[in-house]
Amino acid sequence: MGDVLVLVGTTKGAFVFTSDAARTRWRVDGPHFPGEAVYSLAFDQRAGRTRLLAGVHSNHWGATIRTSDDFGRTWSEAERQAVRFPESSGLSLAQVWQIVPGRAEEPDVVWCGVEPAALFRSDDAGVTWSPVQGLLEHEHRPRWMPGGGGLCLHTIVLDPTNPDRMGIAISTAGFYRTDDGGKSWRARNSGVRAVFLPDQHPEFGQCVHKVTHHLARPERLFLQNHWGLYRSDDWGDSWQDIANGVPSDFGFPIQSHPHEPDTVYAIPLQSDEFRVVPEAKLRVYRTQDAGASWAPLTDGLPQSKAFESVLRDGLAVDSHDPAGVYFGTRSGKLYGSHDAGERWKAIAEALPPICCVKTAVVGTA
Amino acid sequence: MGVSVVLPRALLPYARGLGTLKIEEPCPTVRDALQATAAQWPAVIDRVLTEQGALRRHVNVFVGDESIAFLDGLDTRVDDGETITIVPAVSGG
Repeated sequence: MGDVLVLVGTTKGAFVFTSDAARTRWRVDGPHFPGEAVYSLAFDQRAGRTRLLAGVHSNHWGATIRTSDDFGRTWSEAERQAVRFPESSGLSLAQVWQIVPGRAEEPDVVWCGVEPAALFRSDDAGVTWSPVQGLLEHEHRPRWMPGGGGLCLHTIVLDPTNPDRMGIAISTAGFYRTDDGGKSWRARNSGVRAVFLPDQHPEFGQCVHKVTHHLARPERLFLQNHWGLYRSDDWGDSWQDIANGVPSDFGFPIQSHPHEPDTVYAIPLQSDEFRVVPEAKLRVYRTQDAGASWAPLTDGLPQSKAFESVLRDGLAVDSHDPAGVYFGTRSGKLYGSHDAGERWKAIAEALPPICCVKTAVVGTA
Repeated sequence: MGVSVVLPRALLPYARGLGTLKIEEPCPTVRDALQATAAQWPAVIDRVLTEQGALRRHVNVFVGDESIAFLDGLDTRVDDGETITIVPAVSGG
């Protein structure tokens, strides 16, 4: 009880880091799935489970979801390809980008976002999956364009107060919301720029990199865009620029604090063309006033010649108090802070390139 | 006589450990042979073909000693008694 898991997906397998609540000493287990890329990981501890879910991609044999109920000692995989597009769609699964356990009231529901952009739902805790037809058949689909990572649905945000409402984000299509349980989806990108298009404020087509929110204020979203940091106070109906005090508003990850609705973390990058941290200083930026201002967190992080970058799912925050904050770089370094970002230490320094970092406190379903 | 489908090591778990699958029914093309294999070993072919029936990008298939990439792809003709070999492509990073 209180032990912390930090799940790290890399281009060559997954690693499971474990610590007690002090989060000063870490055990590492892995690699799981050596040689295969892991772009999504999740831990589901609803309904008495301790289930790890991993989105694994074999360069040869395709993408799949594997599960473990014993913290990674053994893994299971559906014999048939469980996440699969219907033949009528003309689409084939390329990658599983996101796995999100559903609401507490729906303990067997799990969602996953995939490439090409689609949302799948499982009603048996991740064993079998079905596509969400309302999004699969969306009228905008023919005009969605892939970003550098492919046409991926990488973000899923659930409304804990309304089972019919959720949001998703697609690169490059933008943020979409459903208010009817997935039957219909509307683009919600008003105010978000698309600097790479002639019309910089289209209805859709924005390259949203990540969206986060606090469960106590689910209607307020924070969005890291392909250029642009934004906040919405109305579930995405409108967005305001909050890039106040960051060295760049380009970046990928953004993550809410577990206990403070006004606190959010981001890791800006220099630019679209030069995707490393500005001035080669590895800085996590934190706002504690919902984006009115941002300040760098640097204690323990290299502040010169650090040509690092962090991908969209490379930043995670645990639910202890003070919160633990973790991020992984494309150069295979995993950093952690057990005091909400005030001080940092390298947990691992020579992993394969890190695709995603997720965390959970065991026993806090 | 039928055809034989030889699997790489990575696919053996999906064929109960069998390295060579015997297909007894007539298979005029590679596509027919893979479909016949799928009827008995669907999990194997899930890893070889996409949902749309295309050969996965980094999978090679040989008929005898020749890659179907240099023949007619999945429409490559297969003679009775032929051996089809599935091989992971030389790729990675």
